[in-house]
Parts: sequence; C-alpha cells; structure tokens
Amino acid sequence: MAAISRDEVSHLAKLARIDMSDSELAHLAQEMEVILGAVARVQEVAGVDVPPTSHPIPVNNVVRADLVRPSLTPEEALSGAPAQVDSRFKVPQILGEE
Amino acid sequence: MALNYDQAVARYDPTLGLEVHVELNTKSKMFCSCATEFGAAPNTQTCPVCLGMPGALPVVNAKAIESSILIGLALNCSIAPFSRFARKNYFYPDMPKNFQTSQYDEPICVNGYLDVEIETDEGTKIFRVEIERVHMEEDTGKSLHMGGATGRIHGAEYSLLDYNRAGIPLVEIVTKTVGGTGKYAPLVARAYVTELRDILRSLGVSDVKMEQGSMRCDVNLSLAAIGSGDLGTRSETKNVNSLRSVERAVIGEVIRQSNRLEADQRIVQETRHFLEETGQTRPGRSKEQAEDYRYFPEPDLTPVVPDAAWIEELRATLPERPSARRKRLQNEWSVPDKEMTSLVNAGLLDVVEETIALGAEPSRARSWWLGEVSRLANEKEVDPTTLISPIQVAEVIALIQSGELTDKLARQVIEGVIAGEGTPGEVIQKRGLKVVSDDGALMSAIEAAILAQPDTAERVRSGNIPAAGALIGAVMKATGGQADAAKVRELLLKHLGQN
Amino acid sequence: MAEALAAGTTTSVELTEAHFAQIEKVDVAVHAFLYLDKEGALEQARVSDAKRAEGEVPSSLAGVPLALKDVIVQKGIPTTCGSKMLEGWRPPYDATVVTKLKEAGIVILGKTNMDEFAMGSSTENSAYGPTHNPWDLTRIPGGSGGGSAAALAAFEAPLAIGTDTGGSIRQPAAVTGTVGVKPTYGGVSRYGLVAFSSSLDQAGPCARTVLDTALLHEVIAGYDRKDSTSINAPVPQVVKAAKKLDVKGLKIGVIKELQGDGFQTGVLNRFHEGLDELVQAGAEVVEVSCPTFDYALAAYYLIAPSECSSNLARFDSMRYGIRIGDDGVRSAEEVMNLTRHAGFGAEVKRRIILGTYALSSGYYDAYYGSAQKVRTLLIRDFNAAFAKADVLVSPTAPTTAFKIGENVDNPLAMYLNDIATIPVNMAGIGGMSLPCGLADEDGLPVGFQIMSPAMRDDLMYQVGGTLEAALLAKWGAPLLDNAPVLAAK
Repeated sequence: MAAISRDEVSHLAKLARIDMSDSELAHLAQEMEVILGAVARVQEVAGVDVPPTSHPIPVNNVVRADLVRPSLTPEEALSGAPAQVDSRFKVPQILGEE
Repeated sequence: MALNYDQAVARYDPTLGLEVHVELNTKSKMFCSCATEFGAAPNTQTCPVCLGMPGALPVVNAKAIESSILIGLALNCSIAPFSRFARKNYFYPDMPKNFQTSQYDEPICVNGYLDVEIETDEGTKIFRVEIERVHMEEDTGKSLHMGGATGRIHGAEYSLLDYNRAGIPLVEIVTKTVGGTGKYAPLVARAYVTELRDILRSLGVSDVKMEQGSMRCDVNLSLAAIGSGDLGTRSETKNVNSLRSVERAVIGEVIRQSNRLEADQRIVQETRHFLEETGQTRPGRSKEQAEDYRYFPEPDLTPVVPDAAWIEELRATLPERPSARRKRLQNEWSVPDKEMTSLVNAGLLDVVEETIALGAEPSRARSWWLGEVSRLANEKEVDPTTLISPIQVAEVIALIQSGELTDKLARQVIEGVIAGEGTPGEVIQKRGLKVVSDDGALMSAIEAAILAQPDTAERVRSGNIPAAGALIGAVMKATGGQADAAKVRELLLKHLGQN
Repeated sequence: MAEALAAGTTTSVELTEAHFAQIEKVDVAVHAFLYLDKEGALEQARVSDAKRAEGEVPSSLAGVPLALKDVIVQKGIPTTCGSKMLEGWRPPYDATVVTKLKEAGIVILGKTNMDEFAMGSSTENSAYGPTHNPWDLTRIPGGSGGGSAAALAAFEAPLAIGTDTGGSIRQPAAVTGTVGVKPTYGGVSRYGLVAFSSSLDQAGPCARTVLDTALLHEVIAGYDRKDSTSINAPVPQVVKAAKKLDVKGLKIGVIKELQGDGFQTGVLNRFHEGLDELVQAGAEVVEVSCPTFDYALAAYYLIAPSECSSNLARFDSMRYGIRIGDDGVRSAEEVMNLTRHAGFGAEVKRRIILGTYALSSGYYDAYYGSAQKVRTLLIRDFNAAFAKADVLVSPTAPTTAFKIGENVDNPLAMYLNDIATIPVNMAGIGGMSLPCGLADEDGLPVGFQIMSPAMRDDLMYQVGGTLEAALLAKWGAPLLDNAPVLAAK
C-alpha cells in the first residue's frame, strides 16, 4: 500500500495551485492512499521491454502550412475576462516580476 | 581583500553553459494561425488556441520544424529521426495553458558543435563549443506591471496581459558544459553568441535582435578551484540583452562567485538577474522548492518524423558558414587581421559587403563604415547599421569616386543623412555641398587669395612649394571648404608657374 | 421525425416547440438540461423550415432537434462543463462538432448536465445538481453524460451529443435504455471539446435507435484540420451498415474477463440473451481472452487524471471563468489558489492531485510510465482478439442504475462502473451500447456493448442494428415504451 502523507498532498496541492484546508488535506491523503494502492498494480505488468503508448492511433507528421488566418477580435478574446483594461487582461499583481 | 577578475581566474576554473532562445520569424504562430507581427495592438493577434481557451487544440507550424532543422544542421547536429512534443507544466499568468508545449527527452536536434575564434595571448585560437540539443517550444504572453511604483499604494498593484506574443515559435539552443576556457570564458561566451547570431541571421530564420528580444541568452556559470576536477555549483543569469552583456555577465559572475568561495560561502544554485548598469547580478525570484515540471508527451500533437531525403535537401540549402565567409571576404578585400576583427566585432560585415556590392571601392566602404559612421554611432550609443543604409553610403562613396564630393564634404553629407535631413542628394542640395571644381570659379578664388597674400604668392613663384599651403587654405576658406583641394593646388601652382 | 419533415407532415418549429413543451413538463424532475436556448433553437427551426420550403435540405437530419452535452463549446451559449469554474462563460467560438450540426440544419435545444469536467459515472459530480434517471427518478442516469442520455430517455430530445473518455456515453446509454456510440479515436473532431483526458476523449452520437445514432454519426464525423489527432480518412459508412440487418458469417468475440464477478446477474442474463439473438441471426460466437483487462482500470485511473491535471491547469481565473478572492491586495497566485479551491468539486480535485502525483519526478516511471505500458499491452490484447473475431462484445456496465448517493463516498466503487468501457478508450477503438432488455431484479435497463476494430465503426453498427431489430421483434415494441410516464410537476 503506497503511503502518502499529508505533507506530500500539501505539496501536490501547491504544485496544482489549489488551496486546501487541513481537513481536506487529511481526507485527500487517505483517499490517495486507497486509490494509489489500487492503481499501483500497473507496475506488475509494465515490463522493461514494453514500449509506452501515448497515442492510441499512431500517426506522424501532422502539420499545417505557415499561413495567417483571422484572429479573434480583442472584444471576443476578452469576452470572458474577469477584468480588463484597454484591451489587456487585468490580473492581480504577479509576485516576483523582474 | 576582494578578488578582481584576473585574480579570480588565477585561482578558479570557470565552467560555462549557454542557453539561447530564438524567436522564429514565421508568419504565423507555432500552434495556431495567428499573425506574429511585432508591435500589434494588444490582444489583436490571439485566438482560442493561443489564449488557451477550453476546447482549443494545437496544430504545429511546418515552417517552424523546417527552421529548427536548418538551425540544427548549421550547428552540426544530428537530426532526430523521431522527436516529440512534451508538456512542461507550471503556472504563470503569462502562460495561457499553464503548461508550455515544448520538447523534453526527444528533441529535434542533438549533439552538435560550433567552433568560435577568440583572441588569446598566444594569438587567435579556435574553441569548440559543443551543443547538447536544439528544441522547439512556444513563447509566452507579455505582462505589464502596473501601479505602486514608488512605495506600495494599497490596492494599486496589478498586471496587464497581452497574449499577442503567446504561441510565437521559439527554438532553444543549449550547449553542453563548456570547460577549459580558463580566463577566456567571457570571450568564448561572447564569441559563441555572436557566431550563433550570425549563423541564424544567415539562415534567415529569425531577425535575431537581442535588444528586441528575438534572441535571448541565459548564462550559466560555475567555478571550481583549479586542479580540483570539480565543476562547482552553477548560477543561471537572465536578462542578458546584448553581446557585450554576455561577456560582462560572465565576468560579473566569476568575480561574485570567486569572492564567495574565498570567504568559504557556498554558491546557491539559483536564477539571477543581470544588471546592465553595474555588470553585476542580483538574485531572481526566490523559489521555495525546485519546480517540478512533470513533463509528459503532448497527447494533442503527433510525433515529428522528418524524411531523411528532405533533411539532405535542407542541408544543401545551408548558406556559407559565417566564419568561412569572413575568411573569403578578408581575402577578396585584402584586409589585415586587426581591421577584419574590428569589422566583425562591430557587426559591420554585412553592410560593408552590401556597400561594395553597390559599387563602392572596398577600402573606401570599410573606412567610411568603420570610421565616420561608427564614430557618430558611438556618440549616440547606437548600432551603426541603424543610422544609415548601405545604399546611402554607397551613394556618397560614388560621389567621392566621381569627384563630386571631397572627403570633407562627404563627411558633412553623411552627418546630414544621419541627422534625418534626407537622402545624400537631398542633403547636398539643402546644404549646398557640391564640390566646386569649376575651373572658372576656382580661378577667381585663387586670384583673390593671391591678391590678398602677395608675399606668399611670390615665395611660391620662387620655388617654395610648401608655402602654397596658406594660399590653398585661403581658397578653401573662401569656398566654404567645398573646393577640391587637390584641384586648387594644381591650378594654383600652374598659375604661379610651378607645375 | 426526419421522414415526417420530409413528408411535410410536420415542421421543425413544431418539433422544436413540442420538445420544449416536453422539457418543461418533465425536466424539473429529470434535470437533464443546464441551459435551454429557446430563442436560438426556434430561430434555427424557422430557418430550417424556410430553407426546406425552397428545396434546401442540408442533411437527412435537417430540422431535427438535439441536446448538446455541456462540455462542448457553443458560441455565445453558456458552457459550464457542469462546473462552477465556468459559470456564466459564453465561448467566443463554436466546436467543430457544433459547426457541423449547424451546417446540417440540426436544431440545438440546449446544453445537458454532466459530471463536472466529464469526471464521473453518475452525473452526481455536477456542480448544478444531479440528473435523475427517467426510469426511476431516485436513480442515477449514468455519467459523465447523464444529462444527454436522460434527455433521450425522457423524450426531451430525439438526438444528443455526448463525450466518452472511459464510458461516459456508453454507460449512461446502458442504464437509461438508449443507444450511444464512442467512435474510433480521431473519428470525430475534438476541437471545441473541453479536454479531460486528451488521448482518450471522443465526442459521439446518442439517440434512441441505432439508425438515428448512425445518421448523427455521419453528420459529426470527419477530418478536421484544427485537430492534429483527427483521422484523415473518409467517414465510415455507418448508416449503410446500420441498415444491413445481417450478421451471417460474422464472428462475435465474447471477452472472458468481462463476465464474472462484479457483474449483476440480471445484466449477465440479458447480455447472454442478446448473444443468442445474434447467433440465431447467423453469427458465430467465439470466446476470447484479454488478460490485460485486469489492469485497464488501474492504468486508466493513472493516465486520465494525469492528462486532466495538465488540461485543467488553464482554469486559473486570469482569462475567463470565475475569479475568487481578488481584493486588490492578493497576488495572482493566491487568487489562482482560491479560485481553483472554490471552482472545482471534490472529484475533480481528487483527480488533479492524483494526476499531479503520477507525473511528478520520482514517480513518473512507476505510475504514468507504467500505465502507458499497460496501454500498449491492452492494444496487443485487442489486436489478438480481433484476429479471432470481427467484433467483441460484453455487458456495457456491471450493474443497472444505482441509487443517487449510493457510491458518492466511495470513489473506487464508483470507478468500477467503467470496467467494461474503459479498455475501448485505452485502445482507441470504437464502442457502442444499445439496450438489450430489463434486469429481472429491478426492471431497469441493461446495455449490450459492441466493440469494433479501429477505423471499422461500421461493424458495430452492423451488429448493433441487427441485434436491435431482433430484440424489437422479440419485444414487440421499443424498450422505452416500458419506461414510467413522467408526470408533469
């Protein structure tokens, strides 16, 4: 059974940018342990000589020509923006800006 | 006692690493068909794909792949028969998907090298910089930090985002660790970036303007005590925006790190920010833990499997290597090494070649660009090639060659063109700078001078040729410097019976 | 309905209005819809009638109404993916599937309910409340596409579009007594489908009969240059196949591993009867074994969360969606954290965390990397099986519809609902579910799953159409006639 600590879940939540309360973290740590225990069995058959599959239907070289097509208008682009100023997306201050 | 650079490199061995990001000049973006024009109004070149909207999907730009392969070939790399895109996962507001579509363990080009020439105490030496990989990725949006400039004003700080740049194709070129440069590390770094820039320019895949951000360089440096065999802990310096800064950044880091090591302080593995004004670096954003990018193969894109025959076709289109071209031009123009180096370092090779192609005599072309134009450029602290074009310089030289301008007048013409007064022809008109070579006009000036200085004229008549100088000077003054001095001398001497 | 439209005995406006009336009557109880586009739909219907009057009939389904799963982007129409994160968001563009529907003259009635971001097997993970199974309102309609399936079963729409990543079209079809198809991966464009697991997602047609499903399949399928994983080949002739009504000489492979423990008796009984019908129709049954299937669920619950943890990273409140906690002082990162906390439900958070773990440095090889290898083995198993049989079959889901709330606290139990459907997505092949009866224990619908090799979707329509006809002959009337009549509230 893969043990996963609350600290590890807290670290994952940070990587995933999701705030979590202490109780959420505790609960999730338990659930993770159960789920990971169930899914870890993939290692049993994942032999060294088995190549991984990332695309179920293998195709190569799908490309497009270097042509310009119409973009969205700024109004369309910003239509869902929670905040905007002069056609730019307004976001809270970004820490650590150089 | 703080170590200076020479002292530092006497005790410590630098190891370099250079990462260069190049913005390709494709017409459309890497994964969508939005335009890539520089300076467009904010968010006018965006679409669901490059905005990372829900449901959007990428389709890769064929030209970007071609450009990446050309770059790899020019850098003597092997082109991967099978390469794949991968997602680099991290959060930042200028990243529309909060992952960058890049390449991870299957880049398009690997294992190349670039030979660079540097001037050492023992003369010119060739140094081979090995290249680890060349891979494709996409650029981010641009953020503007607003408010709270002087002192924090509560609630006034925010950022504004323009995603026009998001999705523009980037190629990343990463060197292997470069050791054995010793005290020449800064020169090697600069020479590498310079040569790389020249190659990219000759391939026509990017406009490689460091000041504009279409070529960005990160400098990695570590130090180890000489003879220790270690590599040391490296720092990564960003915001290196010119060739000169590359050199200065290496120097700055060598000094900083050596002084820390001398004081038994450890070097922190971190990202640092180069400061133009001082040549030093300061720590960048502090990160609690190293970022875990959780790379995995990009499921929305197919692998890139370039056809071997196509790669060879591309290889055949590679232009002459800049170093080979330099040697050839040096021969053709019969230029001594030192002058050639000056030309190259000043980035004037292309414009000089163009000027000569337009008919200018080679030594004149070189001397005008290296001389007058560069002098004015240095005064204004700009690149000489931004001040005046080869066509204009060639025009001026042609006028000199035809005798319509003297060197002195030409200097004024060039100054006028650079000042924005118009084309050479327009400047000549406006300022009335034509050479006075009409014999009649000259003769009147000569006669007037002789009248004004009868004793000097007499001395010339009796064989004192050097005395003619005063008379010539008077004529030149009278004609506002527009007389052809040689012609004046000829006419004057003849007039005074001294041919 | 299309025939009636063609014959002129009805109009698209009449059809559309009739369906809105039905929706008004029953949706308070069923809650299949999240948004109804009355104005837009009636306008589309009017245009369709006007065109028909001038002899312009863009497709055989022109003028017929349809329900669209809310994970598909429709320009100007609220698209929430069943999540608070996108509450009120109106996309500035249409998915390719929507463009095709519009070009075919199909009338889009509205957006249907779903498990949040397509993660779930019961539609209980919707941030807007669950959908209720028309067969028994206390039960789930399946998931993640429960809304679309319920709309069909409640006669609120004759056609629907769903998406299927691990069974999200097929399992709801099974528990609601309707038909649902997941085409071969790449057969239908994913451009405009809000991504859950990119290498597994597919949009697909849903209806009450195999033929209707086939007609819709041919409208939405086809190459799309905006989707790099789109198949560049002609659309398979599924309508022709659905009408064939003949399986003589076809070999039907029964998958050993999808028969045993965990499968409800009533489900297995109806499944076997369905098999008998096919044998009577001239097909030959062979037993095949796909041993890697034992690992399919585990591999899926590593690959899908991993891809989704990356796909859902874009929901950070910067460019669209809700924004929580922006008081002018907090940083962008803090606002992201707060927004994602408030905007995502428990199951989504669970999968994001699981995926982040599976991809993280040090764990990649053991988890995501291993799961991708299992995927290779699954494909090999299928290839071996398809060497012995033309199509493969199994019950679609291990049980009939369970009660709302029954599995909500037990993620693993919930995941088991997809045990028979997941392998199909992992291999990228085609899968169909059609009703094969009601289970004795509870009188609830049972689904029969047909799987066809990649690029051979026609085969599942051929077998499905034949089976449907045989069962219809046996029952004397469509199964849905047995569904309880939903009273108006």
